[in-house]
Amino acid sequence: MSTRLANGGRLIDRSKVKNFTFNGKKMKGFEGDTLASALLGEGQTLVGRSFKYHRPRGIIASGAEEPNALVNMGEGGRFEPNQRVTTTELFDGLTAGSQNHWPSLEFDVGVVNNYVARWLPAGFYYKTFMFPRAGWKHVFEPIVRQSAGLGKAPDAETFDADRYEHYYHHTDILVIGGGVAGLAAALAAAKSGKKVMLIEQTNHWGGRAPVDGGTIDGKSPTEWVDAAVAELDAMDNVTLRTRTMGAGVYDHGYVTGYERVADHTPGDGRPRHRLWRIRAGKIVTATGAIERPLSFAGNDIPGVMLAGAVRDYIVNWGVSAGDRVVVVTNNDDAYRTALAVKAAGLDVPAIIDARPNGGGALADAAREAGIRVENGKAIGMVKGGKSVTGVTLCAQQGEGGTLEEIKCDAVAMSGGWSPVVHLWSHCGGKLNWDEANAMFRPDASRPPLGAKGEGFVIPAGSADGEFDLGAVLENAVKAGLAAAGEGKMAAPKGEAEAEAPMTPVWIMPQGAGPKKRMKMWLDYQNDVKVSDVQLAAREGYESVEHTKRYTTLGMATDQGKISNINGLAVLSDALGQPIPSTGTTTFRPPYTPISMGSIAGEARAEIFQPIRRTPMHEWHEEAGAYMEPVGHWRRPYCYPKQGESHEDAVYREVLNTRENLGLLDASTLGKLIVRGPDAGKFMDMMYTNMMSNLAVGKCRYGLMCSENGFLSDDGVVARIDEDTWLCHTTSGGADRIHGWMEEWLQTEWWDWKVYVANVTEQLAQVAVVGPNARKVLEKLNAGVEGGMDLSAEALPFMQWRDGKIGEFDARAYRISFSGELSYEIAVPASQGRAFWDALIEAGEEFGVMPYGTECLHIMRAEKGFIMIGDETDGTVIPQDLGLNWAISKKKEDFLGKRAQLRSHMTDPERWKLVGLETLDGSVLPDGAYAQGEGVNENGQKVVIGRVTSTYYSPTLKKGIAMGLIKHGPDRMGEVISFPTVDGTNTVIKARICDPVFYDKDGEKQNV
Amino acid sequence: MSKAQSAWNGVSFDGYCRVEEQSLVGMITVRGDLASKKLAKAVKDATGAKMPGQGEILSSDKGRAAWMSPDELLLIVDHAEAPGIIDAMAAALADEHALVVNVSDARAVFHVKGKAAREVVAKLSPADVSVMAPGMLRRTRIAQVPAAFHMVDEETAELVCFRSVGQYAYDLLKDAALPGGEVWV
Repeated sequence: MSTRLANGGRLIDRSKVKNFTFNGKKMKGFEGDTLASALLGEGQTLVGRSFKYHRPRGIIASGAEEPNALVNMGEGGRFEPNQRVTTTELFDGLTAGSQNHWPSLEFDVGVVNNYVARWLPAGFYYKTFMFPRAGWKHVFEPIVRQSAGLGKAPDAETFDADRYEHYYHHTDILVIGGGVAGLAAALAAAKSGKKVMLIEQTNHWGGRAPVDGGTIDGKSPTEWVDAAVAELDAMDNVTLRTRTMGAGVYDHGYVTGYERVADHTPGDGRPRHRLWRIRAGKIVTATGAIERPLSFAGNDIPGVMLAGAVRDYIVNWGVSAGDRVVVVTNNDDAYRTALAVKAAGLDVPAIIDARPNGGGALADAAREAGIRVENGKAIGMVKGGKSVTGVTLCAQQGEGGTLEEIKCDAVAMSGGWSPVVHLWSHCGGKLNWDEANAMFRPDASRPPLGAKGEGFVIPAGSADGEFDLGAVLENAVKAGLAAAGEGKMAAPKGEAEAEAPMTPVWIMPQGAGPKKRMKMWLDYQNDVKVSDVQLAAREGYESVEHTKRYTTLGMATDQGKISNINGLAVLSDALGQPIPSTGTTTFRPPYTPISMGSIAGEARAEIFQPIRRTPMHEWHEEAGAYMEPVGHWRRPYCYPKQGESHEDAVYREVLNTRENLGLLDASTLGKLIVRGPDAGKFMDMMYTNMMSNLAVGKCRYGLMCSENGFLSDDGVVARIDEDTWLCHTTSGGADRIHGWMEEWLQTEWWDWKVYVANVTEQLAQVAVVGPNARKVLEKLNAGVEGGMDLSAEALPFMQWRDGKIGEFDARAYRISFSGELSYEIAVPASQGRAFWDALIEAGEEFGVMPYGTECLHIMRAEKGFIMIGDETDGTVIPQDLGLNWAISKKKEDFLGKRAQLRSHMTDPERWKLVGLETLDGSVLPDGAYAQGEGVNENGQKVVIGRVTSTYYSPTLKKGIAMGLIKHGPDRMGEVISFPTVDGTNTVIKARICDPVFYDKDGEKQNV
Repeated sequence: MSKAQSAWNGVSFDGYCRVEEQSLVGMITVRGDLASKKLAKAVKDATGAKMPGQGEILSSDKGRAAWMSPDELLLIVDHAEAPGIIDAMAAALADEHALVVNVSDARAVFHVKGKAAREVVAKLSPADVSVMAPGMLRRTRIAQVPAAFHMVDEETAELVCFRSVGQYAYDLLKDAALPGGEVWV
């Protein structure tokens, strides 16, 4: 059993006790502990159950590579599943619970899967899809859903209690990884004076070196690290950041850094995570290496750990994995673990070295320390269930016949080390297979390339495949200097014991039979074993990418950090090909999972998305308006009074506007100024109708089409002066049309003298509508000098004037989208609210009421006016809508003209706009289809049209609609059928009619 | 005009930096040939400032002139004087191809004040704030909306965005300046 040692632990402060709970049980640790070291210190070796077979699982590693020890962390607004205990800093009050077990961690019903494992082989999921067909839905899916899975999903109604943010940082050189290689590289790069940033994922500097020992420049690694950090800290051009992981490397030197600001101090007011969005000229990846497990039977039993991790727990946190630790290895490094265990006063019953000739100087040291060393031997199998009780010793070359059983309570295994090449590879850095160390390492001649074809990522230290301390430091300094592109610096001199060559061992023992291979875990998190990969190979899977998906090897949240190389070595062996021919799967960001919160950053609650507000927005809200989104704007849909339904409010607004006076906040309408000697020519190209001949002071309704002829936007254009036009666009279309105009001016007609400016937000605009519209404006003018003349003679329909209305600087347009007497008045936005207030006050005697967008829609539908987005959907041309009058026949060209001449566009079979009135006066459902005679070639009922706008008209007291109907304008008076889809199987009959339902002659607006 | 209002009535917030909305500022968008002597003179007459080079904002007692693109300037003047200045410029540029338009009310302006002013901006804008010396202006974005900013002095960043998203911009800046969010790069 694991336990806390009486002494040692360079990272912990034993005077500061931290209390936490695991599965409700109270436990203690120390400041500086990770949750992993604290759990082990409390003897908690069993921490979870595996994904598929629900086998007991313990902590295997000490860092980001941990596959097993994931927990449900925190409570309520701070609950998060799948948190890795090895990278979780312990804090007072931490609560954690194990995952994937039922009913309890100690007793798990799902473990029966373990005994039916022969029916859950590789590709199990896919096989269940195949046969029988009903099997998946009724048998397999419910079983898989019940038994598989990791942490709990957070409660859907609970909101994250924390805040998050981004930070944009620019640097010449970014060094990722704060071990001795990263520190040496940063020092070498920083001497150039260039801007350097060094980030480290843990909360301490120095990486593995202080644990692994040796000397640097004659000092202990710890002393050297402290001095290096102090030196860097004192340099103005260097930024240091711990708790910040290099998550992803992207094109153009873009790197995401994941800073866990307050994970260990929840609720202290700081952002929980900060996502660094870094632009770096050059990136040095000093990301170290990850130890590989060995594949022997029972290598997943709690108590079997990576050798480096066993050493880390002793040296860093004063925690032992067990009293009797068997070390099994194919390399010299694991001997350091044996020596560390021994130095801690614990027993090493044996070092089992798979190499026939064993190790070098470190092996000699182990023997001198009195440790039994067995060369050419292997573990036949691990004994134990929820914890290790012993191992059987056998010959590595044999089939696993037991020579002897060795009692122990922990196993420290080492299958060699793999450089962390993830960040090198994210953006396309290539790898070479290194035979001597049995690992993939970066190929310096094929780095990820920047915009100029230059490599922008430089690997350093162990991440570049160097493991000897001296070689690591030399390599790192070289990388730092290369990143700076200049300078010279002697590398710090690193000295450590020379190591004998390792020997690749992919299966232990090499002749193990099927029974043993079924208990050799490759991917601990997804429960993938040696037998699964071999089965996949037998079933014809040759590509490593296919095998990965078929077996799910490396697809869990750890992305196969410790399993990938072992898995593809087993696959290569099964396929009878060398490992480089098999290759690796693709490394993709992020390096380890990062929180959704960090990605969202500040974008939540009221700043989730920008909301655009007009100058009168506050008034609308105070008036109780029901708002609807229009683009990013919020516009009043209607202004319900106390106890009034939205529907009733809308009808009241329509009737009041038609009978008295209505006010609409039209500020959101797009307003674009087009100016220049060539502006007339340009306007004629942008609009389907003629705009160049519009007289100064007048307005004209215009249509804009895409180059494919489809109707894209509409609005009223005003000629301001000889060279200047003002174009109104739809509310949602202002930015799009501005961009559209700029694109033509910048890419096609760059030699035309035209400037466009978007002045939408400069102006507040109010539609003053109804029989009393003129009266209220004249009342504002009364008693003020120089108010503009708003009479029908001075300002006729479809004209505009500048001047004063009351004390406001106004531009008045006599335009009407409602069919009533109507003025649209634009004032500077800063005067908008005051102008609105003045109109409301002055309008009281005239029955003024504000109206919303739905009232606007009904009034325009009563008048048969089209609405972009209702009558159009990107497939409709103006001709479909009977707008031929707005398409110039005189103009040589306009955007969309050629397209509208194509045969399909001139096809008389196209659906065309008509009015629709139901025989019973009811309201047609929105979007309803009109049914024709017979069936089409697919056996479906023929459809001859659809409803585009449909409302109850409070003015006419009946349903009115517009629709696009085949041969519609030729079928006036005919009755057609609209089947409902509400389940009643009824059919609504409607008569085709003129789309203008109200005041066809326009007498009301022209007074 | 006495009833004129800035977008958010001069709100302010004290975090680890101070965020405050500025009162109404006159702003004029000018598009034209920046090499034109007539334009340079009109800019000088309007603002007292010289023609700014790429990425520059130049000031005088009377006003400021900022480079926005190879054919666009932003002039910052007194709010009440902007209409008169526009008329004068339009007259001076009558025989040139130019556009002079009032955008004073289309904007909201915020100041971020404090030692960490740059840092607060760097949480929202991808621009490199560390190289921004007074006299330089960047058109960029803050979070999801377009914005421009420059350093009035070492501890004051001035941000300009569209009026309609002023509330969003203010809320963003407040959030970025919340105590506890110190980065201290």
